[in-house]
Amino acid sequence: MASEYKRYARALWLLAMLCACCALSGCRRNTAGGVNVMGSTSIQPFAEVLADEFNSRHPSSRIDVQGGGSTMGIQSVTNNLAQIAMCSRELKSSESRYLKPIIIALDGMAVVVHKDNTVSNLTREQVREMFVGNITNWSQVGGEDRPIRLITREEGSGTREAFAKLVMNNQRVSRKALTQESNGAVKELVRGDRAAIGYMSLGLVNDEAKIVNIEGIVPSTDNVRNGSYPLVRPFLFVVRMGAVLSPAAKEFLEFVLSPQGQHLLVEEGLVSVL
Amino acid sequence: MRASQGMPKRSPLGAWLDRKQDLFISSILLVVALSAISGLVVITAFIFKEGLPIMLQVGVGKFVSSSDWYPAEGHFGIFPMIMGSLAVTAGALVIGGVLGLGCAVVLTQFCPRWAVSILKPSIELLAGIPSVVYGFIGVVILVPMIRVHLGGPGLSVLASSIVLGIMMLPTVTSISVDALQAVPKAYRDGSIALGATHWQTTRMVILKASRSGLVAAMILGMGRAVGETMAVIMVAGNTLDVPDSILAPVRTLTSNIALEMGYAAGDHRKALFATGVVLFVIIMILNTIALTVSRRRSRRKSGA
Repeated sequence: MASEYKRYARALWLLAMLCACCALSGCRRNTAGGVNVMGSTSIQPFAEVLADEFNSRHPSSRIDVQGGGSTMGIQSVTNNLAQIAMCSRELKSSESRYLKPIIIALDGMAVVVHKDNTVSNLTREQVREMFVGNITNWSQVGGEDRPIRLITREEGSGTREAFAKLVMNNQRVSRKALTQESNGAVKELVRGDRAAIGYMSLGLVNDEAKIVNIEGIVPSTDNVRNGSYPLVRPFLFVVRMGAVLSPAAKEFLEFVLSPQGQHLLVEEGLVSVL
Repeated sequence: MRASQGMPKRSPLGAWLDRKQDLFISSILLVVALSAISGLVVITAFIFKEGLPIMLQVGVGKFVSSSDWYPAEGHFGIFPMIMGSLAVTAGALVIGGVLGLGCAVVLTQFCPRWAVSILKPSIELLAGIPSVVYGFIGVVILVPMIRVHLGGPGLSVLASSIVLGIMMLPTVTSISVDALQAVPKAYRDGSIALGATHWQTTRMVILKASRSGLVAAMILGMGRAVGETMAVIMVAGNTLDVPDSILAPVRTLTSNIALEMGYAAGDHRKALFATGVVLFVIIMILNTIALTVSRRRSRRKSGA
């Protein structure tokens, strides 16, 4: 029976070693130049491009980009779980008291419809009336006779909040609107539904959906930059005021605002702040 | 304690362990068992602690009967979600129940044994497919199909019901199979001997005798449907409106929580926990019914 106890003991040892390994590997991640960047799913794909490039230039450091949403990112920075938050809406006044926003790029917000939709221009007023639920048929805005299917984002999404501010004048979005939880899901719906209208980050639209001109203005990079396109929001990186950033985090922020970093963002469809 | 006889002398620790072996092992098992239960207790306590205050603040009646869900403005009413959950669950029950029960009847009554040995494991395999895969297939195949052929946005009560119905198949089928197999062979032999056909025997004797087991199967399947989240978010459309047809989109209690949890703070977050409380109560009611029904069944069986 003694051997049995030896086996127990060995098993316990093994367990202890495993725990130790886990704990140690956890430590390693935090100490050796790791930076957590967390927040908006709209900014996430762009931040990942930046992080990949940065990581390949600085092999010793590691930038981890995670989604979760603007508000979640801000909470994580507040609770010190992440050093940098990504935020696709402007900071609320309660937040800007202790957080510092850094504008990394401008993003146009695109109003998207199905590729075969004949409507190619809408006014902000019309978009608002649609999303409030007063305009319910495409024929009312010069399109085919087809009921309008609204697609909105979930409560708390940075894209939704920006849309509420830029288009809705804080009127409520109709209850009938379908709610999707990511830019990708909105795009997927618009791609397949001829009656659909949705809104999403301009940088993430591809040729699967049609972008509607707003007030007759094409949402091009130039028009976003010179301010003539009305639906523009800033993409923010947010850090805590007075927080001591790790060298890697500081370098990453510098890289993002450098011409190379901005060039990457422009290539991905955003508008540079330089 | 056979170990202590005729064994060579060994370390004091070993000897002590030897003496205490039973006590030692049983106390370890006790701790393990308690930790499983304490998980339940902690979760329950936490949900209620986070959710109840806001429910009481809004008013329980208003919380469950109001249709205004505008968290940013402080309006919390989950009536559409409750209706959504009920509609989707009822639809899933119709689809999953009929299919599952049909499967179980075929497997136990009308199927050669070799076929059962292939069919039953493959149905149970459905339980191993992650729910996000069901949701994805729903979005890519089912939703466009409904949109094109039946109209509406495609994301609908119907789509969620079909997806959930298929997801609950393994639960419903395997519990129904157990219930049908538990019917004593004498019932069947007796019925056949009286001149009833195979189908008449199944319909009038076997199904009746196993009724309470079948009800339990339905209710457990229903519990799975009420609680499923990921697949439903993807195919339900998540509107805030009470659905007026099976082609209308819905939002369920679970998808309300999962959709907004990532962003919610303050009262909004608490209201989501309160949504969890309502869900918890609904599932508790379902499970209690299932337990009572199946207990009644086992009591009757042991009496027979």
